[in-house]
Amino acid sequence: MLDLGLYNYWVVIFLMMTGLYVVISRGNLIKKVIGLNIFQVSVIMFYVSMGKVRGGTAPILAEGIEVYSNPLPHVLMLTAIVVGVATSAVALALIVRIKEAYGTIEEDEIRVVEGEEEAR
Amino acid sequence: MSDLPGIHLVLFTFLAVIAIAVIRLKDLFAAVMLMGIFSLLSASLFTVMDAVDVAFTEAAVGAGISTILMLATLALTDSEEHPAHNRFRVVPLLAVLATGGALVYATFDMPRYGDPSAPIHHYVAPHYLEHTDDDIGVPNIVTAVLASYRGYDTWGETTVILTACVGVLLLLGGHAVVERFRRTTPGQEDGE
Repeated sequence: MLDLGLYNYWVVIFLMMTGLYVVISRGNLIKKVIGLNIFQVSVIMFYVSMGKVRGGTAPILAEGIEVYSNPLPHVLMLTAIVVGVATSAVALALIVRIKEAYGTIEEDEIRVVEGEEEAR
Repeated sequence: MSDLPGIHLVLFTFLAVIAIAVIRLKDLFAAVMLMGIFSLLSASLFTVMDAVDVAFTEAAVGAGISTILMLATLALTDSEEHPAHNRFRVVPLLAVLATGGALVYATFDMPRYGDPSAPIHHYVAPHYLEHTDDDIGVPNIVTAVLASYRGYDTWGETTVILTACVGVLLLLGGHAVVERFRRTTPGQEDGE
């Protein structure tokens, strides 16, 4: 019988590879940032799904509750989400400047423009 | 089916479907909107996985701020992907499939979903769970760890955000500053 206890890891790996594929194969810079975002969500999903305990509840202390999920991955991933948004903000600002300088956000068109500038 | 409840199964599968839809879309505006849905869906998944703090951060930051930043960028650049540069490439697909295969092979050694005997649950986490009430006195353990036990991490995080803010300001606002400087000193430009 198929063991579904690992399904969360498989979906995480699928999302991670989807993001990686977009980053490698797409020439559009905004699409690359979207790929990075998918990759980032997959890593966060990986940590949080490892922190889940069967029958546990959210790690907020309350009377009469014995089992809590692991709070440590949650803390680390809170930091990761905020840092991820900060880095993608820098990436998007760079894209805006690239658009101003080259008039395009497609990778191979940028290369063509650069080649023309060198030839001059 | 015992390890993974049905709602998790459905949400995880939805997430994968949306990821596929995002990479297939040529219209970047639609792709960005779908990324908002992707974030919201992952936020609900975090909720069912007991990570409520992560869930509301993801909903506010991932689905909110991130989408706004993307839309602002689209407004300043192009909102359409050029299909000519999008031809199918074999090498990236092979690389991704090989990496994914290796990672899936590695998961067979991982503890099952929700297993209480997994090593991750037996190192520092029990210490936090037991001592938070006496040490910090805050009922939310995530807050206690974030602000007190691992306060240096959070301090480093704010440093990263400051650096990113300065970077964005220099990238977007710095241009105007340089232009103004050039306009006030026209003789400087000939020297370059």
